[in-house]
Amino acid sequence: MSDTLSAEILTSHILDLAHSGKRVDGRGPDDYRPVRIEPGFVASADGSALVHLGDTKVLAGVKLEPGKPFPDTPNAGVLTTNAELVPLSSPMFEPGPPTPTAIEVSRVVDRAIRAAETIDLTKLCITPGEKTWVCYVDLHVLDHGGNLIDAALLAGVSALAHTTQPLVRFGLGAADVPLEVDHFPIECTFVRLGDTIVVDPTVDEERAGQGRLTIATDEVGRIVAMQKGRVGAFSPDDVKELVDRAFRHGDRLRSLARGGGTGA
Amino acid sequence: MGTVGAKDVPVLMSPDGLRIDGRREDEIRPIRIVAGALRQADGSAFVEWGHNKVMAAVYGPREVHPRHLQENHKAIVQCRYNMAAFSVDERKRPGLDRRSQEISKVIGEAFESVVFAEEFPRTSIDVYIEVLQANAGTRCAGLVAASVALADAGIPMVDLLPAVAVGKVAGEIVLDLKKEEDNYGEADLPMALVPQSGRLVLLQMEGHLTREELAKALDLGVQGCREVHAKMKEALRTRYAEGDGGAA
Amino acid sequence: MRPGRGTYRVGDTIYASILGYYDPRPPVAQVIPLAGRYIPRPGDTVIGTVTDAQGTFWLLDVGAPRWAPLHITGTPWKVEVGETQRYLHVGDAVLVRVESLDPTGRIGVTMLGEGLGKLDGGTIVTISPAKVPRVIGRRGSMIETITRMTGAEVAIGQNGRIWVSGTPDAIERVSEALRMIDEEGHRRGLTQRVEGYLTATSARAPPLIDPRLPSVVQRLHEPRAADGAEEPAGPDDDGPSSSAEPSSHEY
Repeated sequence: MSDTLSAEILTSHILDLAHSGKRVDGRGPDDYRPVRIEPGFVASADGSALVHLGDTKVLAGVKLEPGKPFPDTPNAGVLTTNAELVPLSSPMFEPGPPTPTAIEVSRVVDRAIRAAETIDLTKLCITPGEKTWVCYVDLHVLDHGGNLIDAALLAGVSALAHTTQPLVRFGLGAADVPLEVDHFPIECTFVRLGDTIVVDPTVDEERAGQGRLTIATDEVGRIVAMQKGRVGAFSPDDVKELVDRAFRHGDRLRSLARGGGTGA
Repeated sequence: MGTVGAKDVPVLMSPDGLRIDGRREDEIRPIRIVAGALRQADGSAFVEWGHNKVMAAVYGPREVHPRHLQENHKAIVQCRYNMAAFSVDERKRPGLDRRSQEISKVIGEAFESVVFAEEFPRTSIDVYIEVLQANAGTRCAGLVAASVALADAGIPMVDLLPAVAVGKVAGEIVLDLKKEEDNYGEADLPMALVPQSGRLVLLQMEGHLTREELAKALDLGVQGCREVHAKMKEALRTRYAEGDGGAA
Repeated sequence: MRPGRGTYRVGDTIYASILGYYDPRPPVAQVIPLAGRYIPRPGDTVIGTVTDAQGTFWLLDVGAPRWAPLHITGTPWKVEVGETQRYLHVGDAVLVRVESLDPTGRIGVTMLGEGLGKLDGGTIVTISPAKVPRVIGRRGSMIETITRMTGAEVAIGQNGRIWVSGTPDAIERVSEALRMIDEEGHRRGLTQRVEGYLTATSARAPPLIDPRLPSVVQRLHEPRAADGAEEPAGPDDDGPSSSAEPSSHEY
């Protein structure tokens, strides 16, 4: 049902509820929506995962193919992350070249994967300076029910964790081998609703929000990426508190990204 | 069509008339249709057809953007068929290539042939098809998904629009080609049928067929479409008999 | 029989043109939609949001295929030309009535009428327009139950937008009841399930009506005059369960 209502009274209601620690869908400020991950959803990809985050659905597909390394990193593989916010997924999205929103999702997810050293790019090198694996992580948004960044990274990391290097297809080996994943970054997004800061916003909450903050953490306790977005502001103390919250959610979501399955 | 006689051509037809995956010439691959698979769209459907996975969504009738496309006496039907980068063996660059644009056009026109567009002047009915996993026959699977999505969106239409491809493989006319048959077969003929009138609103063909073979292919295709039609109706019944539909 | 809403005729045969259930009202064959956008009909009360303010009118999104212009003469205010933005802003929600629908799909709406006007406070819950008759219930029984058991004030738009006002707890319970109707409205025992839910949660809130709120509720429960098919149901108020099969012809 695409009756996306941008009524002011919805925003006021969301802010009123938040003031007393409540949310329209019955969650508390620190409740994440239920998450379900289906690894291996797409057989044509070398790795894939469909993430359901509440009403949000993002499908990630990983493709590996031999290519040329960048001249400045002759011993490293190439990693490319791309998010498609296709118009199928929301009445707000239109056909055409990637919008700034789509580019932001791509880049924030890419930064987390890269900074967490999710995959060791030097292991993707085939012949130094000449030939390396190029790893494409394509994120396809299917249903935009809010919080695309978290869902997209969950899908991307989960897909990487279930990726096989297609050595046979490219005549580079006798058998395919699993892609080694060293770290599991998890992104956790918050929006400010008045004096309350809620995790995992819906579309309506994003619209009502007075600033958004995304914090990516990994399993060894590092903060690996952040992004403040939309109009609004956070104090340094807010940020410190949100980092703690991001680690708590991250630890729980990480086990799902590794294994697939369901969690609330 | 692939080059016949290329190396590693698989055995497409066994001596006892079975195809590469064990089907008879008039058998369709397994089809699963979920109506109402998405929340944001006005109507949606997910179709798994053999090894194809396709999602479709419909938005509208709604205001036309850009406005100059608006027509005073009817709704316009805008269709976008897109393949995910990871849906095929070799990664596809994101965005619509020429093939996708052509398919979008013929599918959109097929729907314009059955939608009662004059009921919604100056509006747009937007049909979006995303191929998530491809294994021959994606335009038919996409069309079927989009047709169920249109019904799920409450759009008035002459009828649902079942579709299937017929082909010629190892000299035989067969229903619903899978990838190897598409690559190494001799002809491919996708079609979409209006069951109510018995007419075809999508018809394409590539390859070589005699007149006799074409006649046989059309008969087989119509029969296949009727089979697909039953599954489409069943999917819609399931959605509205059991509550808010499932997920992909 | 002759073809009515949701049908078309070829030769001697009448076919369904939409997904719905067959509801013959001799001599008219009609199909009641199960899904789809709101299709306006004169006399409907609807909730719209302002999407644009022009010199002499505002454009309202009422969930219909097209936006609906609300002309300054259709309001209780004396609005000077060019002064529209002083009265309604983009994002404001209003309760209006559909006056006309011309062949080009242009929707005429008015804010002149009892209970109509700008909506303040509360929230809006959106359901499928096809489920609105279920929210109303037989002769208003469902909405009467919901308001009585929660103390909330409710205004129902035929476009599936329902304004709910009251205590936060009442809003939460009404929203949940509406969600149940939206998702399970075609299954048997709906009234019992909704009552069961409201009873189970009733200890939480005393039924208080906020006296400041406009009393728009009662009149809005009247069935749509146009079709008289507000509840094309069997003996219980659970609607067309027995005939809820999508129409037999083509869907």
